[in-house]
Amino acid sequence: MSEAAPLERVKVAIIGSGPAGLSAAARAAQLGMSHILLEKTDHLSDTIFKYQKGKRVLATPERLDLRSDCRFAEGAREHILANWDEDAANNGVNVVYRADVAEVTGEKGAFAIKTAQGDVFHAENIVLAIGTQGNPNRLRCEGYDLPHIIYQVDDPEDFKDKHITVVGSGDAGIENALGVAEEALENTVTILNRSRDFARAKAKNVSDLMEAGENGLIAIRTETQPKKVEPGWLTLDTPDGEERIPCDVIVARLGSVAPRAFVESMGIEFTGPDREAFPKLSPTFESTVPGIFVIGALAGYPLIKHCMNQGYDVVEFINGNTALTPADEKDLAAIFAGLPQQKSVSQWLDYLRERVSIFADVSPLQMREFMLDSKVAFYRKGEVVFEKGEPGSSLFAIADGFAAVEVGSGVTVPIEQGSIFGEVGLISGRKRGATIRAGADSIFVEVSRTAALKLMAAVPGAKRAINRISLERQLLQIFKGGLTAEDLAPVVEAAEVERVPAGKAVLTEGEQGDDVYVIRSGSMVVEKDIGGKPIFLRYLPAGSFFGEMGVLSGQPRNATVKAAVGSEVIKLTGDSFRKMLAARPQVREATEAAVAERAAMNSFIESRKASYSSAVDLYSDTASFIMKEGLGEATDALLIDENLCVGCDNCEKACADSHEGLSRLDREAGKTFAHLHVPTSCRHCEHPHCMADCPPNVIHRGPDGEVFMEPGCIGCGNCMRNCPYGVIRMEAAPPPKPGLLSWLLLGRGPGPGEPSPKWTRKQLGDEKPKKIAVKCDMCKGIAGGPACVRACPTGAAIRVSPEEFLSIARLDEATD
Amino acid sequence: MASLFQRRRNRATQTERVRERRHEGFLRYAGFRWAKISGGLCLLIILSYALVDVTPRHNGGSWYGYTLGTIGALLILWLTALGYRKRRMTSDYWSLKAWTSAHVYLGLSLIVIGTWHTGFQLGWNVHTLAWALMMLVILSGLYGVIVYATLPAALSNNREQMTQMQMLEAIRAFDRQLHSAAQPLTPADSAAVLASLDQDPFAGGAWARLRGRYPDCATAAARRALATSQGGDADARVKVVQLLSQKEAALARLREHLRLRALLEIWLYVHVPLTFALIAALSAHIVSVFFYW
Repeated sequence: MSEAAPLERVKVAIIGSGPAGLSAAARAAQLGMSHILLEKTDHLSDTIFKYQKGKRVLATPERLDLRSDCRFAEGAREHILANWDEDAANNGVNVVYRADVAEVTGEKGAFAIKTAQGDVFHAENIVLAIGTQGNPNRLRCEGYDLPHIIYQVDDPEDFKDKHITVVGSGDAGIENALGVAEEALENTVTILNRSRDFARAKAKNVSDLMEAGENGLIAIRTETQPKKVEPGWLTLDTPDGEERIPCDVIVARLGSVAPRAFVESMGIEFTGPDREAFPKLSPTFESTVPGIFVIGALAGYPLIKHCMNQGYDVVEFINGNTALTPADEKDLAAIFAGLPQQKSVSQWLDYLRERVSIFADVSPLQMREFMLDSKVAFYRKGEVVFEKGEPGSSLFAIADGFAAVEVGSGVTVPIEQGSIFGEVGLISGRKRGATIRAGADSIFVEVSRTAALKLMAAVPGAKRAINRISLERQLLQIFKGGLTAEDLAPVVEAAEVERVPAGKAVLTEGEQGDDVYVIRSGSMVVEKDIGGKPIFLRYLPAGSFFGEMGVLSGQPRNATVKAAVGSEVIKLTGDSFRKMLAARPQVREATEAAVAERAAMNSFIESRKASYSSAVDLYSDTASFIMKEGLGEATDALLIDENLCVGCDNCEKACADSHEGLSRLDREAGKTFAHLHVPTSCRHCEHPHCMADCPPNVIHRGPDGEVFMEPGCIGCGNCMRNCPYGVIRMEAAPPPKPGLLSWLLLGRGPGPGEPSPKWTRKQLGDEKPKKIAVKCDMCKGIAGGPACVRACPTGAAIRVSPEEFLSIARLDEATD
Repeated sequence: MASLFQRRRNRATQTERVRERRHEGFLRYAGFRWAKISGGLCLLIILSYALVDVTPRHNGGSWYGYTLGTIGALLILWLTALGYRKRRMTSDYWSLKAWTSAHVYLGLSLIVIGTWHTGFQLGWNVHTLAWALMMLVILSGLYGVIVYATLPAALSNNREQMTQMQMLEAIRAFDRQLHSAAQPLTPADSAAVLASLDQDPFAGGAWARLRGRYPDCATAAARRALATSQGGDADARVKVVQLLSQKEAALARLREHLRLRALLEIWLYVHVPLTFALIAALSAHIVSVFFYW
């Protein structure tokens, strides 16, 4: 490695020496291209450098080949960093350390890069590989650059019996302080706040902090700032003068400067204003400013292997190698391999973009990305694509031929080429509503749920198209058989999608109104005021409709309908709905039959209320409790009857022993009402929050509706943070233990259930295995079904969906 | 509901093996299936005992006695296997609830099987020892059934959604607060508070735990002492007394929790060892019958 002189103009300047930047620089060096690699710290790859000691770095996705002049395979942080230092030297990379780029001016062929240190570098092209981490703000006092000042806490358990001072009064600081203040760690924790109160933090964090303060777990010092940092000691500037406290570690959480503003200051445009937006890029990673290329996490590729490949590719492109195909070319080729026509990958991509409406606005680079998460298949005429009632949340697009939907017995409706199907599963998270066959020899593209959601977020045109089609289909399905798309056109035209937050009423009892609503996603509860108390009548899952009584009878609303969870409803005007009913008598009949049935049930509950008031109240209160616990969005939840539960924890033990030694449920934790206990355990939500942001995309919904994780978790913890019910753990599997008989007879090993952390630590010694996300998979692949239920000795544990549990039979039995 | 609202999911779940929608306890399992089987078995034995003519009289050594003895011995071994079944998480379908239900009712039927096997000939020998041990095992099991049926609701009411860890944590939190709040107190008062801090909340032994009475509770003593104490910082004392009563309430909850859990578990310490003693006595009984009788 050599330190380059900042005078001559280089062909390419690479900003950021992470996996992407380093790989780009190494390629430039190999090509003999004049280059310079600018790194703001004094070491390569700061993000990975800051990982905790010994952290295991994974090399996902496995199917992707590495194309780089630097090495990379799964291994410990130290090993990977050492390899890269070696590779940088061997390749002859020109790296400049402590070059914190502050400003970029000029244009393609003559950029001037100014650093915070005052140096100016000249380059024809720039590769931006600065990642998304941003620059953490540093302490502004003597000793600010000492190594025991850290800017993030990966794992609070790395700190034991230490004096820790957290500087910063935002959420990050408070959360870190609470983490390391965990009593078992025996740390002495102090948090410093420059001002008097914690105004920037969330109320919950502040109250937790105050409680920890009262309990003596954290010393909270307000109007106090660090004055001088020394190894082992910290001098504070307090309202009462200076004070010197012992301090082994300083956690500085003073916010950071996000890279976006810096990127935009160069004139680079983003795809949108929201936080998830990425810079707009050409297929060669060139941004909207010619000569500036963006790769790596900043370009939307958080995985190391992607970054390194892009570093290689972008330098090849700059070098004029236009024939280079990306490293994923062979994967894409494999996706298209089974099709009858012979085309190159780029021809296929163009073919799909031309022929499928939702792909029309997608950029070529995005298209590659989407296709990697998709399948393309050829179907013979009459071949079944999926059956009604199958779980599935992928979206299908018709590239060639057409699809035939079975809407009633023997009645099929065609879906033409260019359109889509399967969107109901995508939007509502429920099982497939109809059987679909190929209407002719056809080519269908199956886009995974994650890719489809990304597509909808990134391409507004695609989102509109999907939403309109899904509304029309959903209505067709509800009023099956009697309707055609033409009948629905006026209804769909007048329809509006409304978002309803949890708990908000869509209809209120006694109000006048004739709009009809269809639940697009989420679920609703129906309540009626009986004797001055709202009584739960029923639970309506996504795909149901309500409000039809008003249209038919013209009477005021006879019950209140409110959202059980955050939901989306489609509002159809009463007028258009009435016209549709008038045109189709059989639909009217079916609707009337449904109304009659609902009315009968209402009066049944009312009659029970008269004679068995307390039983109905209990039923109603139980339903409210279940909804309050968020079970309205559950598809399958563990419920414990505490009249039967003896607290043996055999459910937890069975769970651990049926999987890799870790329990995915906490029986005792969670809320209870009238002896009905909702333990901390996965509910397999209709729209799983955990799936929302999984970088390696390993969380899926399985054939029995279970939400499970396939191998490949990188341990980022996003799913754990996104789960509102706290059911995902970050944990490493314990080592295998001796068998049951050898425990029973010889007392060897820790016995059934999850071994104690102490036992695990003793077995592992110094080894620190990587923690990955662990969640309930509903005992997927285990013939006997969920182990927690099978292993309950008293029958206290069952797994049910909310509508099964709240069935009218429950009330019927309670009042008999 | 109307066919319009037919739940799509229902169809799919019908194919699942067993899917209970309701909580049904082990005693009521499958409409008291095992109670009926076991009751029928007892009835059959009692009737046949009266009808079958064994000369000179009913005893364990007759063909009828051997039949009952064999059934009883095999049943005892099978009942013992519950402990293994409970811990062995094989992946095939079985329900521990069904096992428990069968265990309880068939175990009770052993009263009839075992006693009628003896032909009511009891004495001071190894044979009667086996019978007596069996009766004790059944008796302890009966206690288990009663506490399993009555105590869980009390356990649930007492913990009010708190976990055991949270209860301990709450007590520790009060201790920390007491520690700082007691600083201004007089030496005599702080000694009382310190005694409360130093006392292990579990102290008192098994008997105290089962009865839930802790007459030597240092926290209660400290609260009484401080309530009548004079001198020192009065405000600080009021705060400490308040904290002490809060800690007492937290302790009471934890102690009740531990008491109920102990009552739910204690019988297993009788039931299981006695079972092994029973198996040993049973072996001696069988060996002696075949070799020395």
